[in-house]
Amino acid sequence: MVNKKFNIDELKKLARQFRKEILEMISEAGSGHPGGSLSSVEILIALYYYKMNHKPDNPSWPIRDRFIMSKGHASPVLYTTLANSGYFPKEELRNFRKLGSRLQGHVHIGVPGVELSTGSLGQGLSVANGIALGAKIRKLKFNIYCLMGDGEIQEGQVWEAAMTGSHHKLDNICAIIDYNGVQENGPVSEIKNEEPIVDKWKSFGWEVIEIDGHNFEELIPAFDEFDTIKNKPMLILAHTVKGKGVSYMEGKSAWHGKAPNPQQLKQALDEISKGGL
Amino acid sequence: MRTDLKATRDAFGEALLQLGRKNKKVVVLSGDLEDATRAEYFKKEFPDRFFNLGIAEQDILGTAVGLSLDGLIPFACSFAVFLTNRAYGILRISICYNRRNVKIIGSHSGLTVGADGATAQCLEDLAITRVLPNLVVLCPADAIQTKKATEAMAQICGPVYMRLGRVPYPIITKESETFEIGKANIMREGKDATIIGCGLMVSESLKAADMLCRENIEVRVINMHTIKPLDKDIIINSAKATKAIVTAEEHQINGGLGSAVSEVLVQEYPVVQEFIAVKDSFGESGDPQGLLKKYHLKDLDIVAAVKRAIKRKSE
Repeated sequence: MVNKKFNIDELKKLARQFRKEILEMISEAGSGHPGGSLSSVEILIALYYYKMNHKPDNPSWPIRDRFIMSKGHASPVLYTTLANSGYFPKEELRNFRKLGSRLQGHVHIGVPGVELSTGSLGQGLSVANGIALGAKIRKLKFNIYCLMGDGEIQEGQVWEAAMTGSHHKLDNICAIIDYNGVQENGPVSEIKNEEPIVDKWKSFGWEVIEIDGHNFEELIPAFDEFDTIKNKPMLILAHTVKGKGVSYMEGKSAWHGKAPNPQQLKQALDEISKGGL
Repeated sequence: MRTDLKATRDAFGEALLQLGRKNKKVVVLSGDLEDATRAEYFKKEFPDRFFNLGIAEQDILGTAVGLSLDGLIPFACSFAVFLTNRAYGILRISICYNRRNVKIIGSHSGLTVGADGATAQCLEDLAITRVLPNLVVLCPADAIQTKKATEAMAQICGPVYMRLGRVPYPIITKESETFEIGKANIMREGKDATIIGCGLMVSESLKAADMLCRENIEVRVINMHTIKPLDKDIIINSAKATKAIVTAEEHQINGGLGSAVSEVLVQEYPVVQEFIAVKDSFGESGDPQGLLKKYHLKDLDIVAAVKRAIKRKSE
């Protein structure tokens, strides 16, 4: 089980390292999705290095907490997190998106630690609900965390699942929206306005809190608050920056699904090394 | 001889209840149609293992995947048209790509839905399900076979789609007959042609065979209850033995059983083939028998198709 003790500076250091590894693996692959991976680095670190009960040496431990990456294109951040946690060798990250590799372009169940293959948006929350219902039927105590993109919640299935979660009082579910405000072809607010997001989820019967998704001092208390919520699921609306940490990527839809070239990569790695974060 | 009648959905409901009694891992999901799919038999005895998730087929299939990840055996039950059409993307990715142990039960397939008309009459489910990797596709011919198919699908680990009908089907198989997924049953032997049918059309094919027999035409009748994996051996064997094939399905002509059979024939042993199927049109309201007649899915249509096939093979 991962140690519950944490040190904010250590987590921040890890976030810088993850950002570099994410960009390196995308650059090496020549394609991939940097924007939405960089925006959810702290969310995944807070889960895998603080909140979740899991055993990297036993990925099928029955009472592990589950993580469903519903935004399956953010595979680089999940693979990086799993490799660093010890689920598989880090050298394998170099094989991302390559023929014969288990590190498929979108999140794949064949990778140790991955619970569900995703990539067609909007499907994860229903699956998380099913795991939560199953845990209740079998009287097992564990939690399910499900990360969605903000563009992703334009899919109708998300709202079908939102109704199911509250109707069945699934207090073992914590959904997180990586609210970076940018989708493939521009700002979410211009493509299909989703506001007021908090009111929408509250009206669907969810407990909702809004935080800065890059700040561990907000992420960690939010996940702790989840433990205190009873009889309803919780949503964390995590305000983030698409492409966080790289000046030329931040807030740019162009970097939703594009690999940096070698010069761009060098600049990005330099910026992250120098960045305070 | 009078033939007994029973709807495959009724047989499924009973078999599901029995399965629920035997296996505590069986859970059932419904899209507010458990009265029609007969999943309500299970619901009444096992309310804690039954979920009516409302009119939300995408969410139903996704939730079923989650339950399967916990080691349970979910049966997702609704009308064929909603589960296979409405929720296709979830069937493809969450279920088939992830190879989950989810059983998808689509009732009210085919024209014999009747008066509800085209929107409910699923005519393309076999075509769109059989192209999905990892998915087993079943279309039992009667109530007895439906019961066996329900038991058999719970024995295998992996996704299964089963097509059921609303109306009573003639009972044409016996309790003592074996049922094996992927292994078709020969219902009747004959040397002049082979009719390969599925679902309700197997009984129509047997009636056609009786009529043909009176004209000294002997046909083999195959109950192709498994559309995928398809029993290629029996198709090739029948092509060699009779040199003429007629396929019969209550389904679109494009992509269904007939197409699946022809894919085998052209690659392995080309012989003439005639198709009994809906000819690229939607259905409409009407009584089931009237619809079968109007869309040329009756025994007499099969008789004519067999004669065409026999004529063609001799040309």
